[in-house]
Amino acid sequence: MKGSLVEVTGLSKVFRFRRGLLQTEVAELRAVDGVDLAILEGETLALVGESGSGKTTLARCILRLLDASEGDVFFAGEDLLAMSAARLRRARRSFQMVFQDPSGSLDPRMRVGKTLEEPLIVHDVVAPEARAERVGELLELVGLPREAATRFPHEFSGGQRQRIAIARALAPEPIFLVADEPVAALDVSVRAQILNILSRLQERLKLTLLLIAHDLAVVGQMADRVAILYFGRVVELAPTAALLAAPQHPYTVSLLAAVPVLQPPIERRSVLMSGDRANPLSPPAGCAFHPRCPAATELCRTDRPRLLEVEAGHEVACHHPGELELDRIDSS
Amino acid sequence: MRDLLSIENLSVAFEVGGRWVPVLRRVSLQIDEGDSVGLVGESGSGKSVMALSVLRLLPRAARVIEGRIRFKGQDLLELPETQMRTIRGGRVGIVFQEPMTSLNPVFSIGFQVAEAVRAHRPMGSGQARAEAERLLDLVAITPAGERLDDYPHQFSGGQLQRVVLAMALAAEPELLIADEPTSALDVTVQAEILELLGELRSRLGLAVLLITHDLAVVAETCSRVSVMYAGQIVETAATRDLFDAPAHPYTRGLLASIPRLGRPEVRGQLPAIPGQAPALGDLPSGCSFHPRCGEVMEQCRVDEPPMARRETAGKARCFLMDSSIGEKAEIGREDS
Repeated sequence: MKGSLVEVTGLSKVFRFRRGLLQTEVAELRAVDGVDLAILEGETLALVGESGSGKTTLARCILRLLDASEGDVFFAGEDLLAMSAARLRRARRSFQMVFQDPSGSLDPRMRVGKTLEEPLIVHDVVAPEARAERVGELLELVGLPREAATRFPHEFSGGQRQRIAIARALAPEPIFLVADEPVAALDVSVRAQILNILSRLQERLKLTLLLIAHDLAVVGQMADRVAILYFGRVVELAPTAALLAAPQHPYTVSLLAAVPVLQPPIERRSVLMSGDRANPLSPPAGCAFHPRCPAATELCRTDRPRLLEVEAGHEVACHHPGELELDRIDSS
Repeated sequence: MRDLLSIENLSVAFEVGGRWVPVLRRVSLQIDEGDSVGLVGESGSGKSVMALSVLRLLPRAARVIEGRIRFKGQDLLELPETQMRTIRGGRVGIVFQEPMTSLNPVFSIGFQVAEAVRAHRPMGSGQARAEAERLLDLVAITPAGERLDDYPHQFSGGQLQRVVLAMALAAEPELLIADEPTSALDVTVQAEILELLGELRSRLGLAVLLITHDLAVVAETCSRVSVMYAGQIVETAATRDLFDAPAHPYTRGLLASIPRLGRPEVRGQLPAIPGQAPALGDLPSGCSFHPRCGEVMEQCRVDEPPMARRETAGKARCFLMDSSIGEKAEIGREDS
């Protein structure tokens, strides 16, 4: 059994803002709501949820790019949230992030070589005279020619820019990488390239990967385990194969049923879930999913289900796990 | 079925820095009445320009070099602007990716839908409001009557897309062009919108041109598909035939590279297409796909392949098609 690299307990993030005509009302948005999660050394854990489910906020809290409101994050046994600023700066070397849109995350006025050199300087990764060589190695690592160092981001395509962003994230030699929708902004024909690079680098560099994605097919390809988020809470957590074959939470079942199938027959699987997500400023009582859930009962309207293990390694937060079955998952 | 829209050998170029860059190169597309056709391509492949050409909404820097766009026999490129207005947003409706680009945040939904109705069907404001309610009900905004006076910010993204759909249907169009209508939406909401589109099609006898980068969306909703690459249609076939037996190496590569539920590849070994799509201003010689093609032949670097018959029904722009030599004469005629 592998140990956990990241241990999250009771993590919440509450955003408060004023609203109303006179800005006197204070509204609270619980973007992340009491999440417990362990990320095992060397695994790929996928965070899946619709927009607004809190997956990016959770990842940012884990990396302390945002300050959590409640809870703890332990990184390699160290309390990340209690770290001093100086200590945090040094610790940052070990965890890095790749963002969705590489055009937004690269400085357009900085040559690629400079972009890759910066983390080497900041974290004092290699001796100054070895930096140029390391930049070249990083570029080769992500399948770009060494000459790319002299060029600017705009001279590259979206897929190439994402490679540069990955190289930059890897420059400080992290052990933990968060990839936030790394292919969602890319053209369909280059997505597979980037997914392959991420997988290969993870294996080669023994990285622990937290993959944020909304595309369950991508997750099925990449992840060892999947955590499904709804309204800032983990509603299901399971090994990927188990989650795809026998999803237990009605929300997971609905998500899987909604994935468009590449192979006709053109007959659609019925949409199981109805209605839109409730307003995050006034989440429903009980289970947050109950207004959309076909299997909801009185209990679901009043009592919030806790995340419980239904099988070894398979946890679900639902009063009626497995009630809703996926009639057919296309195996094409 | 009768011809509704037929695009014939349409070429469009954009002026960029004093140079004419080909954006569409001799594309042809046919939509029958009540049909649903998917147009699939990556960003920059020209699929949206095709939609804008049909509606004559091309930016000023664009020019139609050749070709014809016929809607029920009328040549849209020759039509005077006044008549074009009865087509645009009238007999041909359009829905874009971002609903808020089509809506005004400071007017109520009811007002905006009613305005769309009155733009094409002269009637009083009370009657238009009733019609707006009927349309909102049609796209399953319920209870429609109570939502007429709500403003866009009071709707979710999926609901706004329904409202925009209602506006597009206001003039009772015969053809609906939907340009990435679900790409900004979550997958569960996408499923609902696609289901709604299918329902509307059968209920109203509407033809739909669905433009998307997502092959899976097309697989579920369209009866025919055309695949675009670098400004050309490289393959066109009945949806089933295209997915069962993709013929063009680009289509095949694309289908193979997309991860699928229930068919995971060895991690790190998704069959990826190498390289990336070319810049339209700097197209490779011969076949535009040849630098990325695993089956490239000498001829592909030199000559541009014609559209040739696929083994099963449909056509593909590739020298690998057995018939591409024999078909050349016929294609030559069609292309000229």
